[in-house]
Amino acid sequence: MSTELLRADGIGRRFGGFIALEGITVSFAAGELTSIIGPNGAGKSTFFNILSGTLSPSTGTLRFKGQALNGLPQHRFVHRGISRSYQITNIFPDLSVHENVRVAAQAMSVSYDIWRRRADLVELSERADAALTAVGLIGKRGEQAKFLAHGQQRALEIAIALVSEPELLLLDEPTAGMGPEETKDMVALLERLAERRTVLLVEHKMKMVLGLSQRVLVLHHGRLLADGRPDDIRSNPDVRRVYLGQSEGYG
Amino acid sequence: MAMQSSGAAPALPQAQRVMAAIADHRVLVSLVALALLPWLLPSKALAVNVLIYGVVVMGYNLLFGYTGLLSFGHAAFFGTGAYLTGIAIGRFGLPWFAAVPLAIAASTALAAAIGTISTRTRGIYFSMVTLALAQLVYYVALQASSWTGGENGLRGFTVDHVNLLGLQINFLDPVNKYYVLMAFAALAIWAQSRILNSPFGAVIEAIRENEQRARACGYDVERCKLIVFMLSGAISAIGGCMSALHLSIVPLDILHYQTSGMIVMMVLLGGARSFFGPFIGAAVFLILEDVVSIWTPHWQIVVGAIFVGFVLFLPKGIWGTLLDLLPAARERR
Repeated sequence: MSTELLRADGIGRRFGGFIALEGITVSFAAGELTSIIGPNGAGKSTFFNILSGTLSPSTGTLRFKGQALNGLPQHRFVHRGISRSYQITNIFPDLSVHENVRVAAQAMSVSYDIWRRRADLVELSERADAALTAVGLIGKRGEQAKFLAHGQQRALEIAIALVSEPELLLLDEPTAGMGPEETKDMVALLERLAERRTVLLVEHKMKMVLGLSQRVLVLHHGRLLADGRPDDIRSNPDVRRVYLGQSEGYG
Repeated sequence: MAMQSSGAAPALPQAQRVMAAIADHRVLVSLVALALLPWLLPSKALAVNVLIYGVVVMGYNLLFGYTGLLSFGHAAFFGTGAYLTGIAIGRFGLPWFAAVPLAIAASTALAAAIGTISTRTRGIYFSMVTLALAQLVYYVALQASSWTGGENGLRGFTVDHVNLLGLQINFLDPVNKYYVLMAFAALAIWAQSRILNSPFGAVIEAIRENEQRARACGYDVERCKLIVFMLSGAISAIGGCMSALHLSIVPLDILHYQTSGMIVMMVLLGGARSFFGPFIGAAVFLILEDVVSIWTPHWQIVVGAIFVGFVLFLPKGIWGTLLDLLPAARERR
């Protein structure tokens, strides 16, 4: 039986009078690849931002490995073992590919050190290279990040998230803006990542989501509409009505 | 890149190598250049001013150039360093070697206070909060005239000699004075280089590049900004201490927002985000002031026009533009 890694209990979020999320109760087991889907405005990003500490919930509690996360700033989430990527590519554009990942690696250990030379921290550099190897970017380590192709920048962002060795990796639309070839490469990367850690994915490409995920959550109007295995979701009439019917041709 | 003539082509890699070597030995190069400065400029007084403002602007560059936080209030730390050095010597009779560390420590505490408030804001609000708080310091100095001399400035303290390990150095001699003050500059330059080379130096670059991503990597961005604000204030305060020792008076204007504006201009002229930019900017600004003010009392018009030209056509400043022309050196900026 798999152990519970993250649990959300009655999570809700209001923006003024607008209710973006309401009463979401769900738990995520270690080692599972789960996708969150839903039409635009369903509350996916809001939920994702709450799970990664970017937003605080208005109601409900969040527990990671049994410990409460409510009230912690976002950077503490990373130190607890939750790391994320963003829907819009979010890297350090003027830094080299290697430095992008190396600076993320050092956040876990030597953030405020002004006495040592960063060049002497060989172990961090090796960890950065290992993360770059994992996403297939080691050959680009010396290039400036802003000059990478879009798909490579997305992979770099995953390497940045990966280098902190998170137990839970949150990926917000990792194939956004990618063509079929780049998407194929990204799917292969996601499959490799999911072999070793818990992955939570927000995606719009339905064929990809249903083919890749072990579990799918469907949000609609800020509520949890369905939660199950891909086959169950595919045949769920409510899901077909609100989402899948609109998505034919994706992926 | 435009094609090079056959004669010029081999020269470019060599120039790049030279620039890269300069960048790799930036502390040593800075010290050699500063050691030669009194003999290259028309007066020793001008060289001392370049030295002092270079340190102040270098401290400011840590915040503005490397971290991307545009403060309009750095005169507060420059001035506080100067005032407290003068008060410690003149009123409490402390020797200079005790007064200077005390002044730097107190200025760093002030930077912690101002930084705690200002780093909670972003963009133009950050700039305005630093400006407002620095003006608050100005008005405190204006009102507390029994301590600061008010609008007449702080007077009544003179350092006429310094005792270095038993060696009495006549501080009234301009050459002696320059090289004693250069020891303070050397300390500031070494500290700045150390910070930039450290893991924390990588963090502040990351914050400048993408604050949201830095936070998502696990950095406490607000705390990092506060630390860099304090370090920046401390280095600028060293310049203030040097100014007090040099002039034996502290004019009230040192705390005025015009001084903060001058610091911003100097860093933009020399090149923000570059190690040598602050000293180059300070030198260019002060030389321009020195030369143009001989011809017209309205020297600010000429300097202002040149500054506008830089902002429009050379936004990376003198050293930044030079680095762009020589890409190999850019990596080591």
